[in-house]
Amino acid sequence: MFTSIQKREFFGGAKASLPLIVGAIPFALLFGTLAPNSGLSALATVAMSVIVFAGSAQFIVLALIAVQAPLEIIILTTFVVNLRHLLYATALVEYVKHLPLSLRALLAFGLTDETFANMSQRYQQKDHTYAHYFYLGSMLTFYVTWVSFTIVGLLLGNLIPDMSSWGLEFAMSVTFIGMVVPYMNSKAMIAAIICAGLSSLVFADLPNKLGLIISAVIGVAVGLSVIQLAKKELSYE
Amino acid sequence: MNEFYLIFGMFVVTFAIRFVMFAFAGRMQFPTWMEKALKFVPPAVLTAIIVPSVTMPTGVLDISFSNVYLTAALFSLIVALVTKNLLKTIGLGMVFFLFLKWMLI
Repeated sequence: MFTSIQKREFFGGAKASLPLIVGAIPFALLFGTLAPNSGLSALATVAMSVIVFAGSAQFIVLALIAVQAPLEIIILTTFVVNLRHLLYATALVEYVKHLPLSLRALLAFGLTDETFANMSQRYQQKDHTYAHYFYLGSMLTFYVTWVSFTIVGLLLGNLIPDMSSWGLEFAMSVTFIGMVVPYMNSKAMIAAIICAGLSSLVFADLPNKLGLIISAVIGVAVGLSVIQLAKKELSYE
Repeated sequence: MNEFYLIFGMFVVTFAIRFVMFAFAGRMQFPTWMEKALKFVPPAVLTAIIVPSVTMPTGVLDISFSNVYLTAALFSLIVALVTKNLLKTIGLGMVFFLFLKWMLI
């Protein structure tokens, strides 16, 4: 049914998502553990991981439910927190636009931070013919893990000691560092990365992860400006 | 709070954001400057996630070597620059991080 190339891509994607999964497991466990305390039913806790599938938004929503925020505010916050996924989709659309609509819908559903990181890495390499199997491998592995560990967290409840003290979320940071470094091959890119990093500190206190969106836009704008300036210098010579 | 509307609403906004670009894929043509801009998006976003998570692990800015997240991140950056290998970076970075955590306990 599937060719060996398709299988290789699929399992390649599954493998690439593993380090990020190690970073996400504590969050899934924590989400399952904390949700009932915030007033969410067990069914709604699992349904949120199954249907919404958006890690950081799910956490922020828990906090809002706990303070009895109105439904409209919760939905609006979810929208703002997830706006960054529009940037991800914009970056990836070039590589998936030839696929059938139903498959694009499925891929869009799985467009998390982690799968985006996996795919921006994958699409830097050559031969994209079967890269969407890599995408499916990454998103399905991540999805199954996210949902399973939400349930495990729910079952274990308060028996788990303070997970945040384990520090396993560093696995995510170190993976992202390893992914950013290969991009540092031009002045424009290095300038973009440094400015995005500094901006993320300046805007860290903005609510709803807005700082992330602003920093990304600043990084991109700086990168483009450096390219423009380099062009002008050349034309003067 | 009606949990059905909560989850349905969250699903609609989340999926809409993720799907809108993919849905109109065939009919959207980007200008050249936008295609250039897109190359900067992944490293800019990833960096904007990494920097706050390692410089303010507790929510407060902590730039010192006693911040194990930051120290391990700098170590990982050097490993990545030297080896240019993702798996080695993750492996050595995590070992170094867990070692620092263990030292502090």
